[in-house]
Amino acid sequence: MFQHDRLSNEITLFQKMKNLDYILLISIILLSVLSVFVMYSTDGGEILFHTKNHFVKLAVFFPLMIFVAFFNIKFWHNFSYLIYFIVILLLIYVSFFGIKSSGSQRWMDLYLFVLQPSELMKVAIIMCLAKYYHRLKIENVNSFTSITIVLSIILIPIIFVISQPDLGTSILIALSGLIILWLGGVKIKYFIYSFITFLISLPFIISFLKPYQKLRILTFLDPDRDPLGAGYQIIQSKIAIGSGGLDGKGFLKGTQSYLDFLPEKHTDFIFTLFSEEFGFIGSVGLLILYSIIIFRILRIGSISRSNFARLFCFGYAFAIFIYIVVNLSMVLGLLPIVGSPLPIMSYGGSSMLATMIGFGIVLSAKINHKQMIA
Amino acid sequence: MIKSNSGIRKTDVINRRMFIVGAAKILVFVGIVARLFSLQINENKKYLTLSDKNRIREWKLPPTRGNIVDYFGNVIAGNLKVYQLHIIPEQVENFNYLLVRLKKLLNLSDKKIANINKLKSELKPWDSIIVSENLSWSQFVKINNYLYDLVGVKPVMTISRNYPFNDVYTHVLGYVSQPNEQEILDNQTIQERFVPGMKIGKLGLEKRLENHLIGTNAIQRYEVNAYGKRINQLEHQKGEQGSKIRLTVDTEIQKACGELLNEKAGSISVMDIYTGDIIAMYSSPSYNPNLFLFGISQDEWQLIRNNPLKPLINKTLSGLYSPGSTIKPIVALSALENKVINTKFKVKCTGKMELYGQTFHCWKEKGHGWVSLKNAMKQSCDTYFYEVARLLGVDRLNITAEKFGLGKKVLGDYFDNEKKGLFPNTKWKKNNLGKGWVLGETLITGIGQGYIQSTPLQLCMMTAQIANGGYAIKPKIIVDSNPVSYEDAKQSMESGLLFDTDSEVLIDKKLFKDKKNIKIIQEAMFASTNERFGTSYKSRIDDPKYQFVGKTGTAQVKRISKRERELDLELEQIPYKDRDHALYVAYGPYINPRYALSIIVEHGGSGSKAAAPIAKKLFKLIIDRHDLRNKQSNFERITV
Repeated sequence: MFQHDRLSNEITLFQKMKNLDYILLISIILLSVLSVFVMYSTDGGEILFHTKNHFVKLAVFFPLMIFVAFFNIKFWHNFSYLIYFIVILLLIYVSFFGIKSSGSQRWMDLYLFVLQPSELMKVAIIMCLAKYYHRLKIENVNSFTSITIVLSIILIPIIFVISQPDLGTSILIALSGLIILWLGGVKIKYFIYSFITFLISLPFIISFLKPYQKLRILTFLDPDRDPLGAGYQIIQSKIAIGSGGLDGKGFLKGTQSYLDFLPEKHTDFIFTLFSEEFGFIGSVGLLILYSIIIFRILRIGSISRSNFARLFCFGYAFAIFIYIVVNLSMVLGLLPIVGSPLPIMSYGGSSMLATMIGFGIVLSAKINHKQMIA
Repeated sequence: MIKSNSGIRKTDVINRRMFIVGAAKILVFVGIVARLFSLQINENKKYLTLSDKNRIREWKLPPTRGNIVDYFGNVIAGNLKVYQLHIIPEQVENFNYLLVRLKKLLNLSDKKIANINKLKSELKPWDSIIVSENLSWSQFVKINNYLYDLVGVKPVMTISRNYPFNDVYTHVLGYVSQPNEQEILDNQTIQERFVPGMKIGKLGLEKRLENHLIGTNAIQRYEVNAYGKRINQLEHQKGEQGSKIRLTVDTEIQKACGELLNEKAGSISVMDIYTGDIIAMYSSPSYNPNLFLFGISQDEWQLIRNNPLKPLINKTLSGLYSPGSTIKPIVALSALENKVINTKFKVKCTGKMELYGQTFHCWKEKGHGWVSLKNAMKQSCDTYFYEVARLLGVDRLNITAEKFGLGKKVLGDYFDNEKKGLFPNTKWKKNNLGKGWVLGETLITGIGQGYIQSTPLQLCMMTAQIANGGYAIKPKIIVDSNPVSYEDAKQSMESGLLFDTDSEVLIDKKLFKDKKNIKIIQEAMFASTNERFGTSYKSRIDDPKYQFVGKTGTAQVKRISKRERELDLELEQIPYKDRDHALYVAYGPYINPRYALSIIVEHGGSGSKAAAPIAKKLFKLIIDRHDLRNKQSNFERITV
């Protein structure tokens, strides 16, 4: 057993390179290249601020992903709690000293770029819970103590994020955490009970929401109630997507975005622009590309020997899936507007950093898929 | 072993649960694809339309008005290129500097500068401000020379209404100017085609024919961004110029009318006696309609408004005058028709007539002696017509007069300032004044004084209908789609039937009972102009080609007192306002007559001295133009 461990610890750089998942890697590269072109389109067909910055971030974070991948999955297992703890500290720091912008306080200035720790938490919580369930005996999964501990692990960051306030990210963190609980084997009836409790307490939760959050929900239910105000974004987004048609208006020819009818086109509504210019075919193509990425991550999880790697991969694949679903449902008018970026495509450093680190750990799991973790 | 066993069990749980999640994921993705399909494929058309609605804005440009031309096709209301100066605020680097520069270059007033600043704050930065609507060519050149220094300034060429003959046609055409709110609301067509800066007809035919002249807007389609800024032009849809309107008028004659009435207040109307075409219709003094195009200055407006000769009144249609002796042909005709008199009937004129203690004077104090119809008409003997009117009675006279168009609008509803005038009868007085008719009133009606009021155009039509042998005509100023030629009109009259273009049936337009009576009147009028002692004998033309016949009239504007009658003042000795109106109605040539006219010179004194000489000068021109007019046949088919 010990010997085996040492063996796998000593795989060479060449072997590491060989063990990388190239289908996943190529998909990520394709997505990255695509995202630069779409960013170029949001800048009105010129290489301006957003295109340049997005490209620079990709150029920095993609190698970082490879760098992360070259650490043994065991290393990430060992540091999972620490990383979670550091991100919690960052969240605490931000809640006191963070940069305020448009009514919320979520960012910290790192001179080179502005970091949003809540984005990092989306990955850190998966690592932390994956490690917890990896170490937890299956008999104890449904014990009171363990449920209390995992719920605390989820709730602590959420409290900080929700108070920023940032409903979108906190929901994504919660869902990322809950999926590990689900995979870890928490009884189905607990999920059902808490879901029912959630539904019952929904009116009370809504009464605690900020006025603008309530407005978003009302707007979602009926976008036409205030077409130039709160409903504007969603109406314009639907017009853009709908007018794209089968094969789109063509690259750089999306009138809705080009003529500034689309709000937030660099970030949350990047898919709208993409869909307007590339149509149904392009949109489905993008979904297929994302599906390949998700599928490869799931595959890596399923060949991993350690449950840590398996839980992380499955959890992360689900997280990516949830990001996509929430973002797309939002721009398609299926969900209320909650700020949530589309992985890699959307402009935003912290989101990309977190996503790339996540991919890096997945790739590390692939390289070291035979690695056992005690 | 237990541990690894538990590890395997754990892996199983993870895998099983992953499988459930995986299935759910596929379902959700299918759902998203379905949503995409419904938006992009099923509802594509709806969203494409919405997207176009978002991005495409239409700008209407002012339509180009149709031209108005005279009978010979000369443009009398056209369009002219004008140079304008616009500022586009968002392109200006330093607005104050620009204004200082422009102020110097164009001599702008401080008020104008303040106005520009006000507009700037009201408009969007990409909307252009019109600094000057009508730059002179030299100003336009100046601006173009300094354009490098005037960033954000745009010299623009556009089209504006123009009246090339200035004041010649003002009372016929009216003028155009910026509409007020009520005018936009009242006219559906204007409402649809209105754009700021557009001008509409305010008066005359420009107003009456607005819907024909207006033209359609050119439309420019622009792509705009979310803030309404124009990004690029997609399409330019040309507008159609308004319909061309051809009038029956002859500019040469119209111009001559203006010159003949120069510095006098009065009116001249000339009419074709068969077709009813109005050849000229001039009211003096006139004013220049071009002054109104870009907003008339207060000084110029006051000058027009306060002119004692009242240029703003269209005297031809709205001026009401006593016809004076020009009514005598109708009085005589009515008496003949009603068999009250015959040609042998004579009256002895002693210079006055006594009736119930009231004295009615003839203009000739010594009297004319025994006069027959012909002599009475020739010398315009008042006593004769007092007697004839007394025998005839006002009600029978009224019937004949109304037949010949007195007391009715001549041009129908073409000019909203046209007046009906008045030809009284006993019933009218009873209804309107509440008093019974007095015989004395019949006498003065017989010489065209008293209640009777007529417009110059009515007198012209009256004369035309005597000239054509006593047939009703329908005067018109617009050449319609199938103009009746003079020959056709004449022939249909002589056959006793007339084609009515409105009801499209042949109807009897005879205004007489016995054709001989008309002939008698015509001969009497001939004598008045062409025989010695006739009132307009001095203005006669002997050449049969130009020979015309007419009847003078002198309309009193106030009662002449006994003292004044004894004084027998010269015209210059009487205050302007108290002088008589001079009138003259005539037609010619005597053989084969073609044209009738009426002349009124306000406060001109006697008809024979002030009005008849004008007819002499005018008739030569009218007859000389006749052949040209006859040859003019290239009518464009216009439906109005």
